Amino acid sequence: MGYAIQAVGLTKKYGAKTAVHALNLTVEEGELFALLGVNGAGKTTTIKMLSGLSAPTSGDARLLGDSITKDLQRVKAHNGVSPQETAVARNLSVKENLELMARIYGFGREESRRMATKMIERLSLGEVAGDRSKTLSGGMQRRLSIAMALISKPKILFLDEPTLGLDVLARRELWALVRSLKKNTTILLTTHYLEEVEALADRVGVMNKGVLVAVGTVRELTEKAHANTFEDAFVALATEKEAIA
Amino acid sequence: MNGSNAFAGRTFKEILRDPLNLAFGLGFPLVLLLLMTAIQANIPVSLFELDLLAPGMAIFGLSFVALFSATLISKDRTTSFLMRLFASPLSASGYIAGYTLPLIPLSLMQTLICYACAAALGMQMTVNVLLAILTTLPSALLFIGIGLLCGSVLNDKQVGGICGALLTNLSAWLSGTWFDLSLVGGAFQKIAYLLPFAHAVDAGRAAVAGEYAAIMPHLWWVIGYAVVTFAVAVVVFRRKMHRDNV
Repeated sequence: MGYAIQAVGLTKKYGAKTAVHALNLTVEEGELFALLGVNGAGKTTTIKMLSGLSAPTSGDARLLGDSITKDLQRVKAHNGVSPQETAVARNLSVKENLELMARIYGFGREESRRMATKMIERLSLGEVAGDRSKTLSGGMQRRLSIAMALISKPKILFLDEPTLGLDVLARRELWALVRSLKKNTTILLTTHYLEEVEALADRVGVMNKGVLVAVGTVRELTEKAHANTFEDAFVALATEKEAIA
Repeated sequence: MNGSNAFAGRTFKEILRDPLNLAFGLGFPLVLLLLMTAIQANIPVSLFELDLLAPGMAIFGLSFVALFSATLISKDRTTSFLMRLFASPLSASGYIAGYTLPLIPLSLMQTLICYACAAALGMQMTVNVLLAILTTLPSALLFIGIGLLCGSVLNDKQVGGICGALLTNLSAWLSGTWFDLSLVGGAFQKIAYLLPFAHAVDAGRAAVAGEYAAIMPHLWWVIGYAVVTFAVAVVVFRRKMHRDNV
């Protein structure tokens, strides 16, 4: 299996401040990679660069072979992004939101309708399919927001804190959905919930002050940090200055 | 093109489905038209004749298009919706078309309703009224451009202040819709005629009156403002859409 994401020396600076420093990262196709770090560690900036929302100051990354600095439109065509905040068209119904995204990604009107119907079924949005999205609960809006990222059948999916603000049941439902996607979609996930990482991630990267300080499975990182739990390992890694891996 | 069309459809639906937009964009100018006509019926002097009032009200109504457009774009920016879209393959021109093109039929619809209301109140419908409706198109483009510009740089609260209060008041008071600007005269009149609103209204009035030669001198002012405003809006929107400004 090839690499879905290959970042080499990916750096982002805002004036004198370095948000992401010389990030080297590879994610295999079909892998779910979780990016962890405290607020301001550089996770969202990394996702923004990889998804084409922010240009790197230096370095490059290839997504399924396409460069984010040279082939941006091709990169965007096979990416799906679910932003940290719920991002839906408020006066459009659930179905209309999904159709809109499918058409923006180039699918025809009829095909978009069929895709929206399938996605509604898949994400159990049937009861609210005709409701305007502004009337949905926070959990339902979040589910719709993720469905909008999935409707274009992305090969690489960026989920920026997808379960933020969801209750336990909604979170578990979303985990089941993410698991079902793993076979066909490469997923890069950021989250603050460590149990989410333990439940879902194949590998984990820990960022600290813009630097990727450790990469490995949950077990490997726990061992590397000489910790008893993954939470202890994360605290050690996320606050250390020197890279461990 | 498919994506741009879909996005344009979304803009149209978002604006029409907001009850506040309908209340202000259609309801408010129509209520004023009714009110002024009722006042005119009860005063001995000619102050609010429909032939003068309707072209002014049509332009005043269009000023709300800027508010609708700016509010939508601004909310899209602040709620991350635009960020989601920027991650898609849709081009900058696709977004601009999607945000602006649906507002042209919307503006036309608004103007038609305004003149239909004036007709119901007794305004004589002639071919000149059709010409007057056509003269509102550059004004529609001007207000759409202002909406795109304000939506690109302001947050939704600022949009409320700038487009909702300042712009609608400017287009109301400095357009000569409510009173003859020459009655005030002086600097007020000079400033009013340096801005496009009075020219937009005068072009419509000239069309209704059948004074064809008087239309274009006023309309050039509006066209000039519309072209410059739209060009600046496109540049600013594209700059805002640049990867590092999302």
